[in-house]
Amino acid sequence: MKNFANLFTALDQTTKTLGKIDALVDYFRQAPDADKLWAMALLSHRRPKRTVNTTLLATWASAQAGLPLWLFEESYHVVGDLAETITLLLPPPRTASDESLTYWINFIRALEPLTIEEKRAQIYDAWSRLDHTERFVFNKLITGGFRMGVSQQLMVKALAKHTGTRETVLAHKLMGNWTPDQNTFTQLLEEEQHDISRPYPFYLAYALEDDVTTLGTPEEWYAEHKWDGIRGQIIVRDRQLFVWSRGEELVTDKYPEYTVMLDLLPDGTVLDGEILPFLDDRPLSFNHLQTRIGRKTLSTKLLREVPVAFVAYDVLEWGGTDLRERPMHDRRAILETICAQSHPVLRLSALVTFATWEVLAAERLRARELVSEGIMLKRKTSSYRTGRRRGDWWKWKIDPLTVDAVMIYAMHGAGRRANLYTDYTFAVWDQGQLVPFTKAYSGLTDDEIRAVDRWIKQNTLERFGPVRSVKPELVFEIAFEGIAKSSRHKSGIALRFPRIRRWRQDKPAAEADTLESLRLLLDER
Amino acid sequence: MPLLEFTDRGIYCPLAGVYLDPWKPVDRALITHGHADHARPGHTHYLCTEAAAPVIRYRLRLENNLQTVKYGEPVVINGVHFTFHPAGHIPGSAQIRVEHQGEVWVFTGDYKLENDGVSEPFELVRCHTFITESTFGLPVYRWKPQQTIMDEINGWWRQNRAEGKVSVIAGYTLGKSQRIIGNVDTSIGNIFLHGSVDNILDIFRAQGMVLPKTQRVTTQHKKQDFEGSLVICPPSAVGSPWIRRFLPYSLGIASGWMSLRGARRRRGADRGFALSDHADWESLNTTVRETGAERVYVTHGYTEIYTQWLREQGLEAHAVKTHYEGELSEMVEGEEKTNPDPVEEQENTTGGTAT
Ligand SMILES: [Zn+2]
Ligand SMILES: [Zn+2]
Repeated sequence: MKNFANLFTALDQTTKTLGKIDALVDYFRQAPDADKLWAMALLSHRRPKRTVNTTLLATWASAQAGLPLWLFEESYHVVGDLAETITLLLPPPRTASDESLTYWINFIRALEPLTIEEKRAQIYDAWSRLDHTERFVFNKLITGGFRMGVSQQLMVKALAKHTGTRETVLAHKLMGNWTPDQNTFTQLLEEEQHDISRPYPFYLAYALEDDVTTLGTPEEWYAEHKWDGIRGQIIVRDRQLFVWSRGEELVTDKYPEYTVMLDLLPDGTVLDGEILPFLDDRPLSFNHLQTRIGRKTLSTKLLREVPVAFVAYDVLEWGGTDLRERPMHDRRAILETICAQSHPVLRLSALVTFATWEVLAAERLRARELVSEGIMLKRKTSSYRTGRRRGDWWKWKIDPLTVDAVMIYAMHGAGRRANLYTDYTFAVWDQGQLVPFTKAYSGLTDDEIRAVDRWIKQNTLERFGPVRSVKPELVFEIAFEGIAKSSRHKSGIALRFPRIRRWRQDKPAAEADTLESLRLLLDER
Repeated sequence: MPLLEFTDRGIYCPLAGVYLDPWKPVDRALITHGHADHARPGHTHYLCTEAAAPVIRYRLRLENNLQTVKYGEPVVINGVHFTFHPAGHIPGSAQIRVEHQGEVWVFTGDYKLENDGVSEPFELVRCHTFITESTFGLPVYRWKPQQTIMDEINGWWRQNRAEGKVSVIAGYTLGKSQRIIGNVDTSIGNIFLHGSVDNILDIFRAQGMVLPKTQRVTTQHKKQDFEGSLVICPPSAVGSPWIRRFLPYSLGIASGWMSLRGARRRRGADRGFALSDHADWESLNTTVRETGAERVYVTHGYTEIYTQWLREQGLEAHAVKTHYEGELSEMVEGEEKTNPDPVEEQENTTGGTAT
């Protein structure tokens, strides 16, 4: 655990990518194989199951610290992180321990069948043997949400440096269904694997911020609509179908419509595309898809009302061969032959033909009407890379919708925003009343956040736990990507991707927008 | 009539007709220390300790309307005895003891218990009614000994030096900077100061404070002059063009808030050093207990939470709304917003910044 705690400290103490890679390489050099594997699992969000609930942990920690529970909770609101709060409040350890990361993970997993009293005894024992940072790591392992400021891409880079293996190869090996229990370090990285479900890492685009003309000549680029569904990968191998979402989640069961892919695609095919609800030959908005996400069982009614199609963007494997290094125009040609026969479930993402950037800009303006999020630009010569990269692929999104709204509640931010009020609830006017309709917490500069925080503290009307109601005075422009009816919200509407666009210091609250004006934007589809 | 009252101008003694650290202009103000939220401009008459006076005079541009007393020297106004006692917060800082016919109140201003080597060490004053700050009045705040933090700073400086980086540390001009300069291991390298830090240091040196050699950063300095050195600047200089001249550098921030991981990350610093000039949770509790006070008023900080805690400990405690801001404003707002430093303003034309 010492090694891993040191790694954690080192990662925490540097904001630079190179420093983080060095720290990881250092760790990989020192740690035993089992620990390495667990570290890799933790960094790719494969964490042990939670075996103790957080309420119990909070209760036990306040008991150990000799503090009333309400004071623990107040502390938690300020710190914004349960594991850290516990760590800060516990009395100093009684002894030290030299156990490995794997030991402590197994320790946590072994708690599962125990009674509450037995669990408490075990947790007290662990706390008494771990120093400050180790305790924090231990608490994080139990409570989950372990973020170490290391992306999968960065970890792969460090691992590549440590093992001397190519990054793309490693990234691919680390995808799919592996766990530290079923695989060993050498197995995972050095042997050829036979996991036929294994997807390729997604290539993600950055948002285009510069003028589109900076990309050069239109002939160098493919353009297509950026559909507003879930990015996915369809894999057909050995007469089996696997559907992966971008969150590296196997979602085959959630989209029974895709069973037809086994008829449409030969073995050794991997397609990249969008999981998109489609009805009467037209895409539906994301809100419809959301009604299917998280459902354990899919009713026939839902399947009828929100059927999904797969809009194919790219082909990554064909005839069992990895095509990712081939240029986009080659892959596109193959994709077009695969999708030559139009099918309601497997659809080719159409290219937008444009001779000039002006033509493309005009097409982008039609995006909302087509229920797309804007335009994707892909360089014709580009290979299919891994992770988010600049240069070859760009998303050129449409300008968001906006509304001017009044802040009425504020809450402390979590984690890096502890101490400051950064999460706000906004309202619009409806018949002389302010009706809350959305929360938003990003978009202000650090300076603005501080100024708003100070204003909130001086203009609080009431406090409810971590929430303050404030004088309805400040107006903000809220940007969002879509709007839909919602029975769960008092306002009757729900926004998609709301965020603060700017602080309208020029506008009094009385001039904020109305609920009526928002309803006019409701997307009927 | 209570000995002290809480009004919308500040803490008021009706018998003597004076205010303690008032935030709106008044006729007679007794000032605990020179931080901007305690020493405000616009009062007609000021009274503070001899040790605190030069900085207050400089920052508020006072002429003949500032009177001084020594620590412990009584000032009697209309039968009320006022004495100033070291608060250990920053050099010159005081708690104010107010006594009338045997009844004693103490107002802490800001304080800390640990002897930092540059401030007059905190003196416990027993009282009936105690008015305490609560900037860090939450049990998650538990300071490590100053030497431990200084070791962290020294280690960081050494490492940066070995890696060819300048060590830039941001900390409040008044208090934190003197504390770092007075305790850091000067054998590691040279110490450079931002103009606003240097100005305050000049004042303390003129008062007789003995500190190691430092140099003021000027436009005459070349990049290589800073190699391997430690630069001390106010938080407001972070992110300004002024700081670019030290590239490549590592940025450290010294503040009690840095004991929270979230606060550290939010500031975008390479390192956070949890060095605070305020009392931590244990110190607050120890002090409240040892003053023997049966009634406690809690001012700026986690006011309501700390008040509730004291009540559960069986004390009569009240939360008081004041305009003091504690270390949060020191960190977040930068400083000297209301008192721009004329020397710095000239440097601004070359990219420096003090506000
Ligand atoms: Zn102060
Ligand atoms: Zn203060």
